[in-house]
Amino acid sequence: MIRVLVLTALGLFASLVSAQSSHRVPDTLAQRLQACTVCHGAQGRATPGGYFPRIAGKPADYLYHQLLHFRDGRRNNAGMSYLLDHMSDTYLRDIAAHYANLDLPYPPPLPPAASPAALARGAQLVRQGDPVRGLPACNDCHGVRMTGVAPAVPGLLGLPRDYLIGQLGAWQTGLRKAFEPDCMARIARQMAPEDVSAVASWLAAQPVPDPAHPQAALSGPMPMDCGLTPPARSRQP
Amino acid sequence: MTRRARMGIAAGVFLAAIVLLLGLVGRELSAPALPPLAGTPESTDNDTLARGAALARAGNCMACHTARGGEPYAGGHAIRTPFGTLMAGNLTPELETGLGGWSSEAFRRALHQGISRDGRLLYPVFPYEHTTRLQDADVDALYAYLRSLPPVHRPNDAHALRSPYNTQVALALWRLLNFEPARHQDEATRSAEWNRGAYLVQGVAHCAACHSPRNAWGGSGQAFSGGFMPDGRWYAPSLLDPAEAGVQNWPVEQVLGLLRDGHLDHATTMGPMAEVVFHGTSHLPEADLLAMTTYLRELPVQAARVPDFKAAEPGLLRLGAQVYEQHCVDCHGPQGQGAAKAYLPLAGNRALLMASPVNAIQAILSGGFSPATAGNPQPYGMPPFRTLLSDTEVAAVASFIRQSWGNRAGPVSPLDVQRVR
Repeated sequence: MIRVLVLTALGLFASLVSAQSSHRVPDTLAQRLQACTVCHGAQGRATPGGYFPRIAGKPADYLYHQLLHFRDGRRNNAGMSYLLDHMSDTYLRDIAAHYANLDLPYPPPLPPAASPAALARGAQLVRQGDPVRGLPACNDCHGVRMTGVAPAVPGLLGLPRDYLIGQLGAWQTGLRKAFEPDCMARIARQMAPEDVSAVASWLAAQPVPDPAHPQAALSGPMPMDCGLTPPARSRQP
Repeated sequence: MTRRARMGIAAGVFLAAIVLLLGLVGRELSAPALPPLAGTPESTDNDTLARGAALARAGNCMACHTARGGEPYAGGHAIRTPFGTLMAGNLTPELETGLGGWSSEAFRRALHQGISRDGRLLYPVFPYEHTTRLQDADVDALYAYLRSLPPVHRPNDAHALRSPYNTQVALALWRLLNFEPARHQDEATRSAEWNRGAYLVQGVAHCAACHSPRNAWGGSGQAFSGGFMPDGRWYAPSLLDPAEAGVQNWPVEQVLGLLRDGHLDHATTMGPMAEVVFHGTSHLPEADLLAMTTYLRELPVQAARVPDFKAAEPGLLRLGAQVYEQHCVDCHGPQGQGAAKAYLPLAGNRALLMASPVNAIQAILSGGFSPATAGNPQPYGMPPFRTLLSDTEVAAVASFIRQSWGNRAGPVSPLDVQRVR
């Protein structure tokens, strides 16, 4: 009897201890990547009003290349570089694929803050470009719905205006780079400051189509030579 | 003796001391330039190359000698110190900008004596205090490995040091005070494994370069007793104190696992140590890891100084509990117990409970992932709270963690956080 009591007491104690110490989390990539949610929002959808870009649903190679760029210093954000500093190329690919495969609905955009004339100029740049300035239409590379083109050209909708302006500015000053030939750097340097503002305002004011998948392929050739794959060597330990 | 005679003797002694010091400094500065490499060195067998590659991993030469996104070993990484910024050099065998013109004698003299091929004294940010212990054959293997790399033309960047630290005389003085060339000697009373571990840890792996205190003149204090990184924003904990990072009481498999995989259920590597694991120890042969483990487990135990316990203000702890409930509890659990295989326990986690809270503050501000290694290829991450939490909120949650669930470490102030941010 005493033995039974002692065993029961021990059992109760053990279950108490284990109840207190058992705290489990899912063994998933989404759980591993909780670190990204503070800035990019739950599931990587960000918010239309802030600065941080959505990452969910963007083409996988595009996301992978950006992770490489941050880790290897072609894009400059101290926080991103620090997070990626000790990651293998393989893990970066896994992360990119995870976010690329998410299919999320997007909230409607914020009302545009620009004048109707600026928005019209933005729409013109997106759809027709500006031959005088040597600017191709955004649609030519980023897709007719501006949701990007698989595997490596990003969609430009569902991004905050400040982020878009920040990126075009960074390309103009050389703070953001892509693989050579860096066609976006050439394009951004052709853009006047008011063009940057106009195109960012128009893009940020568009709803994200549902579904937001990137286009499978471009219908014609790209208007410029663009480096869409990493050079042979990458910093793999 | 007259006053004048006494003054004369004193002046004489003083002058003699000055002359002696000048002589010593002069001797430090008198190293000759070595002739450039004539022809190509003899070809090297694969075993030597593999040994050189493993030594380069153990020394993590690449981490300092590679710029972010740059060609491996081609230099350009900036190292910030209290004396200014030093730029790591190009180690690839390129003739004009790398080590292409270096003979094996010149390379040996650099590692053993801290003198460049042209006779200039090298800055001790290049850890020749430690590489001086390497055996000649190993230096030659490293040399052979570096010569096997693709040559990269990349001119070295100039250091940006404050006066007078940018002078050779300052370096000569530092060396007189701090540097003694000394090859490793096996201790006969110890096992071969221990001796191999001592050789690696004290020598090429230069663990003591970070895990030791430094004085205001850049001289090293007691080896392995813990020290701040040169920028003061990380603390390399004591390897002598089991309450800091000492592993004297750990099972062999755990020490080896942390060096190899960068992560255990109850301990992880972050910041500078994650870099050491990612580029260095995760690639080492198991026998070398075992040797290092043996040596580290047998380091003498010496407790670090712990200040008297001081409780945090109740208001700060209340705020800390709120922040914890909002941002930390989902991963680290309501009792700070962590989640197995994913998130570290915070209750009893010695890395958070050291006298200096800088690493705990860093973890909260910068977040981060353990290094991605073969043993832990998809590490779990912690968000950076830098943009989300104020200095006061970080101080509050750090204080809460340091004083909950049986944890008893000093409070963290907003000023502590501001210094690290």
